[in-house]
Amino acid sequence: MRKAQDMGNTPEIDAVDRRIIDALQGDFPICDRPYAAAADRLGIGEDELLSRLQSMLERKVLTRFGPMFQIERMGGAFVLAAMAVPEADWERVNDTVNAFPEVAHNYRRESDLNTPLNMWFVLATETKDGIPATVAKIEAATGLPVYPFPKLKEYFVEMKLSVRDAA
Amino acid sequence: MNAATDELDRRLIVATQAGLPLVAQPYQALAEQLGVTPDTVMARMQAMLERGKIRRIGAVPNHYAIGYTANGMSVWDVPDEQIDELGTRIGALDFVTHAYHRPRALPAWPYNLFAMVHGSSREEVLTKVDEIRALLGAACRHHDVLFSTRILKKTGLRIAG
Repeated sequence: MRKAQDMGNTPEIDAVDRRIIDALQGDFPICDRPYAAAADRLGIGEDELLSRLQSMLERKVLTRFGPMFQIERMGGAFVLAAMAVPEADWERVNDTVNAFPEVAHNYRRESDLNTPLNMWFVLATETKDGIPATVAKIEAATGLPVYPFPKLKEYFVEMKLSVRDAA
Repeated sequence: MNAATDELDRRLIVATQAGLPLVAQPYQALAEQLGVTPDTVMARMQAMLERGKIRRIGAVPNHYAIGYTANGMSVWDVPDEQIDELGTRIGALDFVTHAYHRPRALPAWPYNLFAMVHGSSREEVLTKVDEIRALLGAACRHHDVLFSTRILKKTGLRIAG
């Protein structure tokens, strides 16, 4: 229906995949043969680790494998923003917003209180000035207001989720 | 990007933002691509990790694929003068993966405290949200939970090459 991912489709992952995901969310080595070193810790071969990572990326079990950059430490900015997108205009606005390379993630969100803000995305720009400039460009391209929600304070951030047992 | 990030760091970001090469010697592959030595690539990556320019190196799982099928952004309207104390307590809860003070956008948006809660079902997330509600007590004036119903895009950072 759309170039988007349904929430319900869960690809198959086996016990070795689980161990890889749980063990490799950080601390990937920086050395000549890092996959061999990581595979050794997992008790599998280097080739098997490489082929499993490739497969998990293809099956979209992993969205990426590599460094996570903190662009704010390099003069850039990440900002959460939202829009109230009318249902009849959804496809057009979705395509327009996603076409911006500054849009790093985008989620549809809905609530029982029917919040009008139903499209939530994160803008990532190389400079802080890039945020208001991108907000203005998205507003011009869509004809809809964009509400930026910059973080004033971060109380906690840690995103290491272990694989859940099948429900 | 500011002066603190020099040209080689920037080229390393462009070369790896979509992922590390899936070959036995990925840093050597990057070195060949960038025309520098593997030791230089490894030293730069290590330095960026130590300075927090790289948060971590590893797998970024698709939450849905690993069983976190419910992802609730709980949002709260609490008094500004109490928000730091409350935010710190909410952030310390083991089921809250991110907690932020963000500006309100009145009248459309009265909420100033955002706490992300992941779970295997909406019921599990809502039970956890009830715990936050109880913890906030009278400080909570309004709240809502926004569940993600579709991933529309998830590429991560992309700076121009």
